Amino acid sequence: MDVYNVRAHYSAGSGPPVKAVDDVSLSVSEGEVFGIVGESGCGKSTLAAVMSLTAGRNLTVTSGEMALGDHRLPLTEQIRIPKGWRGIQVALLPQRAMNSLNPTARIRNFIVDVVRSHNPSLGPHDAIRQAQERLEQLSLPVRVLDSYPHQLSGGMRQRVVAVISTLLNPKVLIADEPTSALDVSSQKQFIVLLQELLQRGFITRVVYITHDLPMLSNIADRIAVMYAGKIVETGTTSQVIESPQHPYTQALIASTLDIDPQLRGRQIKGIPGAPPDLRYPPSGCRFHPRCSYVMDKCSREAPPIVGDDSRFAACWWTLEQLEKTAVKETER
Amino acid sequence: MTTNSRGAPLLATQNLCRTFGHGPDMLRAVDRVSFSIQPGEIVAIVGESGSGKSTLARLLLRLLDPTGGQILLHGQDVTKLHRNNELKIYWQKVQGAFQDSFAAFNQFYSVRRSLDRALNVLDVRLPSSERKQRVENSLREVGLEPDILAKLPHQLSGGQLQRVMIARALVTGPELLIADEPTSMLDASLRVTVLNLLMDLRKRHNMSILFITHDLGQANYLSDRILVMYRGEIVEQGPVAQVLESPQHEYTQRLLADVPRLHGKAHVLNV
Repeated sequence: MDVYNVRAHYSAGSGPPVKAVDDVSLSVSEGEVFGIVGESGCGKSTLAAVMSLTAGRNLTVTSGEMALGDHRLPLTEQIRIPKGWRGIQVALLPQRAMNSLNPTARIRNFIVDVVRSHNPSLGPHDAIRQAQERLEQLSLPVRVLDSYPHQLSGGMRQRVVAVISTLLNPKVLIADEPTSALDVSSQKQFIVLLQELLQRGFITRVVYITHDLPMLSNIADRIAVMYAGKIVETGTTSQVIESPQHPYTQALIASTLDIDPQLRGRQIKGIPGAPPDLRYPPSGCRFHPRCSYVMDKCSREAPPIVGDDSRFAACWWTLEQLEKTAVKETER
Repeated sequence: MTTNSRGAPLLATQNLCRTFGHGPDMLRAVDRVSFSIQPGEIVAIVGESGSGKSTLARLLLRLLDPTGGQILLHGQDVTKLHRNNELKIYWQKVQGAFQDSFAAFNQFYSVRRSLDRALNVLDVRLPSSERKQRVENSLREVGLEPDILAKLPHQLSGGQLQRVMIARALVTGPELLIADEPTSMLDASLRVTVLNLLMDLRKRHNMSILFITHDLGQANYLSDRILVMYRGEIVEQGPVAQVLESPQHEYTQRLLADVPRLHGKAHVLNV
């Protein structure tokens, strides 16, 4: 799956629009978990809405195209998405499972509604049988079908939602903060389930969106770091985590509190300031007001892309560092 | 209590219990909890959702009555305090900060009004100039400028509002701050700055902090001691290094195994 040049903004009353996603492109290969990490307000959930074809009316997508296999789909007109895409090619796994299940219906009836709205030719019994088989294959208790959402624990609800949203075997699953409301033990069970869905081929690609870097480093094959509506760095998980190039990624990793004994009794620095107001994004590099390596150039010119499509950082400082090491090597 | 043999504790609980409902459906939200906290100590309470952490916080803040056991402040039983005047004296010394700062403040009150009202727990009504002074001082204490006093909660960012909440707790000069998941709604970069603020407060005022969290990483960074709560009971307690490096209880071991590590398996503690 490839997504090109997504730009989307929210119209905010009479003020300037909130440019939540600004020229984002990414590509996810088959069998891959692609992670997107960023702070709140960086546009990651907006990107999830655009990619999962569920953008609301207040969100205007000004450019963007999705390519999946041989099919190409413009993302700009989200209300006129042709049948067979939403939920079938691309499915969304939302953050709050409780809000996406119907509190007044048993899970089995909800499943019938979901499946038949995408495939009306399938009878209710077939839909439930399919769900039952799927639950058995994933070794989840079949009794959840007869439960109401409030009878299930938070972790189980989120797993049930994951099963329902992948029942139609979508090519791409967009998971938007699926585990943020769960405690660590339920998080782990959820990740195990997601990996099983991938291994059994029920889904072929996952875009996993979160603010939780340790979590993501355990599940993702590749990671993109988003800041203020743009991807500032991307690479394989080990490249991004072990040798981050962008100052923002470095600061984000430095302020992640692991249960590392070295952190005990030490005082580490957070990132000063707050993420920018996307109605008035900073000029040049959007991270420059908070960056500790800021140069004059940073506030004037947009940062260069250092690297290629699969491994890059968008930063002047990174470019300078790279040039310095290149000079040193030629001197040798 | 073998771990706190030094000095008299600031706050201690003995077999503190809180149940909800009765008969076969009775839920023991807090079950025979005994621990103590020394002046200037940061103690973390960790546990999964539903383990009774927040109920314990509400009991210790005397917002909820226990169904059994005692809470001792400087050795005095405060469990029987009920009249508002008596509780006010308790709240001068013990204050709280909560998880959802947007829910904790009245949406229609300015920051000034919210902070000013917190001064009502003092015995005497201070002259307005001194009230103003105290409010501004506590704002500076948390790294905010007095120019936000006129703002309403929705005009502040999550990180700022969380600081205002801590400032609100500080206006009375408490000896103990009970912070119930104060950073779980903040982003990683802001989270560290709020935790650093708590560390600074301890340094400056020798304030004790009871830090309630589900995040072992934060507990590891901030606290001196960790109490592990599971199904209402404290199943393990001890210094941070001891609990995280050689956990004794089966639940603590499981919890530690489930925590995702940033740097993969190479850096995993010797569990």
